Amino acid sequence: MVRTRVVVDTRAPRPRTATSPTPRGRLGRPVAAVLAVAVGLVLTGCGSDDPLTDPRRPGGPLEAEPFVAGDLTGTLAGAGASSQEAAMNAWIAGFQTINEDLTIAYDPVGSGGGRTQFVEGGVDFAGTDAPLDAEELDLAADRCAGEVAELPLYVSPIAVVFNIEGVDSLNMSPSVMARVFDRQITRWDDPAIAAENPDVELPDLRITPVNRSDESGTTENFVEYLHETAGADWPHDPSGNWPVAGGQAAQGNSGVVQTVNDGQGTIAYADASRVGTLGTVAVEVGGEFVGYSPQAAAQVVDASPFAEDRPASSLVVALERDTQAQGAYPIVLISYSLACTTYEDAGTAELVREFLTFVASEEGQERSAVAAGSAPISEGLRERVVEVVDQIS
Amino acid sequence: MSSTDQQPTRPAPPAGLRALVERRTSRDLAGRLFSATATGAGALILVTLAAVAVFLVVRAWPAMTTPAEELADAISWIPEGTTLLGYVGPLVFGTLLAAVLALALAVPVATGIALFISHYAPRRLASPLGYVVDLLAAIPSVIYGLWGGLWLAPRLLPAWQWLADNLGFIPLFREPASTPPRVIMTVGVVLAVMILPIITAVAREVFLQTPRLHEEAALALGATRWEMVRMAVIPFGRSGLISAAMLGLGRALGETMAVFMILSPGFTYSFELLQAGQHQTIAANIANQFAEANPLGVSALIATGLALFVITLAVNTAARWVVARRKDFSGAN
Repeated sequence: MVRTRVVVDTRAPRPRTATSPTPRGRLGRPVAAVLAVAVGLVLTGCGSDDPLTDPRRPGGPLEAEPFVAGDLTGTLAGAGASSQEAAMNAWIAGFQTINEDLTIAYDPVGSGGGRTQFVEGGVDFAGTDAPLDAEELDLAADRCAGEVAELPLYVSPIAVVFNIEGVDSLNMSPSVMARVFDRQITRWDDPAIAAENPDVELPDLRITPVNRSDESGTTENFVEYLHETAGADWPHDPSGNWPVAGGQAAQGNSGVVQTVNDGQGTIAYADASRVGTLGTVAVEVGGEFVGYSPQAAAQVVDASPFAEDRPASSLVVALERDTQAQGAYPIVLISYSLACTTYEDAGTAELVREFLTFVASEEGQERSAVAAGSAPISEGLRERVVEVVDQIS
Repeated sequence: MSSTDQQPTRPAPPAGLRALVERRTSRDLAGRLFSATATGAGALILVTLAAVAVFLVVRAWPAMTTPAEELADAISWIPEGTTLLGYVGPLVFGTLLAAVLALALAVPVATGIALFISHYAPRRLASPLGYVVDLLAAIPSVIYGLWGGLWLAPRLLPAWQWLADNLGFIPLFREPASTPPRVIMTVGVVLAVMILPIITAVAREVFLQTPRLHEEAALALGATRWEMVRMAVIPFGRSGLISAAMLGLGRALGETMAVFMILSPGFTYSFELLQAGQHQTIAANIANQFAEANPLGVSALIATGLALFVITLAVNTAARWVVARRKDFSGAN
């Protein structure tokens, strides 16, 4: 309280006489500024640290039942997709608050590394952007002495962002978007774009598409979307590497967003949590334009069937990118959690089961939504996941 | 050492002499120890160099011996129908282009700064200025990279647009200039800033070594200060300037973070300096692809690293050769 008074005191204009400038008066201003910042920090530090119960949380504070688990102990090791890293850290932090003597480590070595380490028995669970292929499924069956569980626990919308002064939102059909990213449409005031955006004043400006320079799941999912929806307008095959050579490129989501911000007339795809103040594209689904949102992203997952010819515990979603479902946002990245349905060690099995139950729970999904901008999975999908997780023994 | 080994046996010396001999033997032991340590330290450099070379060759071997088709299949970022050599080629080209651009921009400026400090600035200004240059040389490259990438690069765009608009008929500056300016020209400028301090520091030292007599002789013959610099200082300092430039070139060749953060990569042999997505350097490419590379991919990246190692060795050897050849004519002796 004393501090606050000092701030008020020194901020007020002090009457100073020319004959006696006090040293305090000279120092007053910078000191006051520092104190004001310090007090500000102290004040914002008050209240709960938990983002889920914060009243400023979009949609109001979470009122879900607090998750109750036993007092588990031991260690659990995981590795895999770096896309899940932020979410996984939030899950681990949340789960370790409940079980203080438990240690969980997640090494974001990449999807491929995670799958390899998992089937070789190096880690207890893994995260991967791509489901196991046939050969890996065999290896995993050996490693697990049972079935492998693939659980779609991280659903992240990919936003198409652009930087045009004065424009916040644009509509694009898959065909137009494909031609923009394939550099067939090169100017923003192209009639094809204008036809879908009658209310927007488009500038006479060159379009600069920006892509990821490193191999990434974000690229792969975005290219898959264009490949499946744009038909002949997108002549490239799906790949984790951007297929159109000779354009602006940057490393990682943050690099791409930085590049879009630095340029004028730039457009790119990036993890939705990184959008910031950039304009975003609403994509055409079933004759309507849908902007990205967690709900819309979860909806496309619900509208898609599970992949066939896989073990019963493998919940791999065969995404229908060309879905016509109302209000679904089709450009999403699904990252899976890998686990065994049977572990040799009953203790490990219990830890994995409880951890994945937490991850799939409403609280777990909310935590990743806050930390990583992912879309919480729907109630229907949660039921299917919990069914599988309960079998882990 | 050999002289002590071959000492013939002698009859026992008198007591006083014996003490001296004993002291000498213990001194000799210290000498031998020192000699062995120094030799060891010298050998360590060679061992390290050899260890790096062996590591690079051994780890690059799987990628070098895998048939091109298999390699392109296994590594997603090597396009179909490209051999390892075809993949390394544009990278080597990009690395050299960036380094040469940086050198072309940095050497004239560095020479100017060094001459100013050594021969033009008043004494009171010269020594603090020299100190500041040494300080600049000590700043880590990642700091320059951050500053160059986040602050300098966006501000270069108007200059590149002007170049493209007015000199666009020269293929080097083909228009339109890419926005944001994540192009090799920007990389060249930032690398030039990064190597400027080291070149300046070495060049200044060399220019200061110019024999006073040479300078005074030139002045006595009626030369102006500029003529004195041209006739006495620069010929004397030329070989030193070349080694300074090569030091800078070495730093520019291997620079990773700045390039990684600024350049939009591409794999072509293009001289269009203002176009994004045309060039990439070896070091930045390794940093970009290493995180998600599979074992064969890592091997291929190490093969590109081997190419960089060879280039750096070649550059340094060439520099030595130039310096050695110039030494005879520099007037230093």
